[in-house]
Amino acid sequence: MKPEELKSQVVGILATIAPELEPGELRGDKPLRSQVDLDSMDWLNFLVALHERLKVDIPETDYAKLVTLDDLLAYLTQKLPA
Amino acid sequence: MMEFKLPSLGADMDQGKLLEWKVKPGEAVKRGQVIAVVDTSKAAVDVEIWHDGTVEELITKPGETIAVGTVMAKLSGAGEAVAAPTPAKVVPPSLRKPASPAARKRAHELDVDIDRVSGTGPHGAVTLDDVEKAAKPASPTPTPTPTPTPVADRQAEMRKAIGAAMSRSKREIPHYYLAETIPMHKALEMLARANEARPVPERVLMGALQLKAVALTLRHYRELNGFWRDGGFQPGAGVHVGVAISLRQGGLVAPAIHDVDQRSLEELMRALADLVKRARAGSLRSSEMSDPTITVTNLGEQGVESVLGVIYPPQVALVGFGRIVERAWAEDGALRAAPVVTATLSGDHRASDGHRGARFLAALREQLQRPEEL
Repeated sequence: MKPEELKSQVVGILATIAPELEPGELRGDKPLRSQVDLDSMDWLNFLVALHERLKVDIPETDYAKLVTLDDLLAYLTQKLPA
Repeated sequence: MMEFKLPSLGADMDQGKLLEWKVKPGEAVKRGQVIAVVDTSKAAVDVEIWHDGTVEELITKPGETIAVGTVMAKLSGAGEAVAAPTPAKVVPPSLRKPASPAARKRAHELDVDIDRVSGTGPHGAVTLDDVEKAAKPASPTPTPTPTPTPVADRQAEMRKAIGAAMSRSKREIPHYYLAETIPMHKALEMLARANEARPVPERVLMGALQLKAVALTLRHYRELNGFWRDGGFQPGAGVHVGVAISLRQGGLVAPAIHDVDQRSLEELMRALADLVKRARAGSLRSSEMSDPTITVTNLGEQGVESVLGVIYPPQVALVGFGRIVERAWAEDGALRAAPVVTATLSGDHRASDGHRGARFLAALREQLQRPEEL
């Protein structure tokens, strides 16, 4: 999957969790959860949606690595079959 | 013949708009069945019936706004014997619109429904003036449009409703507040271990674990679980924990998960996920709105270390959790870094004392040291 394609999928999923999200204002280098106001339930729902859509399983122990949207995209790129 | 009245779906609701009937005259209904959808300031609520029976007549028309307690439908049949009063049907007396006796008398003369007049007097009391103003424009009834309230209006209404309920709480409930720091390493370890084996959709959040711990502890502190009604305490029939859920567009609701103490963590997590989803979509059931016997709020996600909440009347207690933070922790003469959470109790002094409240928090702390029981 191309990086732009992955990003648009991820942001699309994010928008289903946070409908008021303005994708244009999302900063890839700033902490994602505070930017989009995701509580742990939103975050879990986000991961469940990623899991369903991209077939990626993110263990809890990896949460700490996923601070920004850029972190998440890099992580997913690594995990996804090339 | 039984009357089905619009139940109060929380201390901050005094009216509702019927959006839709889910049943027809002649139809048999069962206890717990959703028979109508009513729009409140907080959500479009699926209203359940608490008797078996047969629908005889639907009185309220879709689009009509009616006061709590208004007879919406008439039913007959088997239900008459089973009919038992439920909390959903009890309208606390203080929900009666405050109004001056003169205003009430005049409202009666002018055939004005005083519950629908917005009051400008102290505490929103209806004055004589308000009644006369309400009576004056004998405008034709607008055509009912059974659509949910627009978002902006709903937000304004929700602010008003929350304000009314919280003002009532602070006016009527003599709050006391207690706080306790609880070590969380055991609970965190247990959860991390269990979640490791679970696929993403089945992972359990700390919020569910905390709810269960509160509910199990409450079994031994019944004076914190129930309602203050008609000048006395009524213990809750079960431990139905109201979960404070913030809505993305602003405002909050605190609907109940029923019998939290009797559910497994996995069940509880599913119920919590479903409740949050439906609360945010604005689709809740009437029993969820009217049944909470205590409320739990967790503001740790927003980063605060503790929350001293306002009790939601007619409940008598609220438990708050802050963020789990790592702190220097001394235990058995040794100092180490440990994750801890501040749990708080807001209690109604009419129903309990700080002594019992303190014992409750201590028991909650001990319960969270035995996470395998949760």
